Amino acid sequence: METARPASLGSRLGAVVLPLVTRPAAMVEAVGAYALLLARAFNLPRDLSPKLYLRNTVQQMVQVGIDSIPIVALATAFSGGVVVVQAIYQLENPLLPSTLVGTFAQQSILLELGTLVTAFVLCGRVGARIAAELGTMRVKEQIDALEAMGINSLSYLVVPRVVAGVLMFPLLYVIASTVGMLSGMLVANASPDVTVGQFWDGAREFFKVYDVVFGLVKSLAFGFAITSVACYTGYNARGGAEGVGEATTRAAVFGCVTVLILNYICAALLL
Amino acid sequence: MINVRDLEKSFGGKAVLRGVSMEIADGETYCLIGRSGSGKSVLLKHLVGLLTPDAGRVIVDGAPLDELTYTELRRVRRKFGVLFQGGALFDSMTAIENVEFPLQTFTDLNPREARRRALECLELVELPDMGRKSPAELSGGQQKRVALARAIAIEPAYILYDEPTSGLDPETSQTIDRLIDRLGRELGTTSVVISHDMHSVLRIADHIGFLHEGHLHWNGTIGDLHSATDPTLLSFVRANEYQIGRPHAAP
Repeated sequence: METARPASLGSRLGAVVLPLVTRPAAMVEAVGAYALLLARAFNLPRDLSPKLYLRNTVQQMVQVGIDSIPIVALATAFSGGVVVVQAIYQLENPLLPSTLVGTFAQQSILLELGTLVTAFVLCGRVGARIAAELGTMRVKEQIDALEAMGINSLSYLVVPRVVAGVLMFPLLYVIASTVGMLSGMLVANASPDVTVGQFWDGAREFFKVYDVVFGLVKSLAFGFAITSVACYTGYNARGGAEGVGEATTRAAVFGCVTVLILNYICAALLL
Repeated sequence: MINVRDLEKSFGGKAVLRGVSMEIADGETYCLIGRSGSGKSVLLKHLVGLLTPDAGRVIVDGAPLDELTYTELRRVRRKFGVLFQGGALFDSMTAIENVEFPLQTFTDLNPREARRRALECLELVELPDMGRKSPAELSGGQQKRVALARAIAIEPAYILYDEPTSGLDPETSQTIDRLIDRLGRELGTTSVVISHDMHSVLRIADHIGFLHEGHLHWNGTIGDLHSATDPTLLSFVRANEYQIGRPHAAP
């Protein structure tokens, strides 16, 4: 007997993105609904104990931040290594000092890779998880159960996740940048062209504290965007398992797109 | 007291409720019966303000829900305990944490007292040893009973039950029925129960409402049901009895 085949990833992505591109009004509506959801979520009810939020926030900080450290470290370790390999390849000129490899790595990692690689990893790991979790709560009436108890479900569910994202992303950026530089140093050390000393000399020579501040500001923005977009898609999930799957795809896709747009805005405004 | 006046609700152009009016007195057990898709769950969600009517209104203890701010509505909702059809237990918590959740959120009980009260509630639903299990480790019936324990934990004035005995074995169904009955008699809790199980309805109901095609087609007491002659109502009741292989006793 012939059975219905599940939709491919491509067609699911198309179903999510196409309506927004072809119908600008839908995009404006979605942005408005997203802003409204955040405004309602952060209008914290005064009649509920702060303990309720605090416990949930700490739990989310562990899930968003601490649990993400291994995958973020792994991703940036390889990215840092690749940056140094490419720097050595591109700077293979006797007229250019070998210290430039360290400079190149430091600039790439602190300004771009530390935040962007971490953001993409978190879109998949954290954004998708949040959307799946809230989507499941929606379709299994758990959000209705919270509301029926007299709890502002938006504040209870959204605020701890967004706060955790904003607080933990800068920490992940620092870890990602440190791991990226260390792996870059190891790769440089393994090559016959650059010594560890030259690598660090180059990194120090053009180091500006502002670059780190820039990375931290970007990471705050990315942390907010990834978690809030995921909360929006998950909270508004409809239907059964398919609705949850769609919400998860939306969280990952819109999270990545938002990160790319914010990345450009931050660069244009702050550099 | 809950007052429902001319309630109308449509989804995607399909009318589910077409002007339902009813009154649920304090302390009574009101059972809503009707075929699947007749709008019973939709009506139940309106009672606690989870759905907004297209027309008409719901008034709880004199407060019209449509005129309340969200903060006021949340205060009214705290008078309610709701048992959802699927239980709606929080997956991230164990069974006992689910029961403790409203106690820790809305009462001044310290953690030890909250734990003791949660255990009492789990004993009432005959699941005293299941506290440490996560919802995924419980059967559907057990999940429903833990959800019932959560709904009664803070002793709300109103409890709404969406098919409390569906999927349960007859013995457990009777336990749940006895509990609903006991809450009404001992604590004066007002219960609104959606059920397809006429045995259960006949055991617990003070009042019965029969929803049919978006209207409250019939409304009366158990005594009225036994003497009812409405063919649509009788057809539903008899079909229900027939499914479990027993001839209908009334009228």
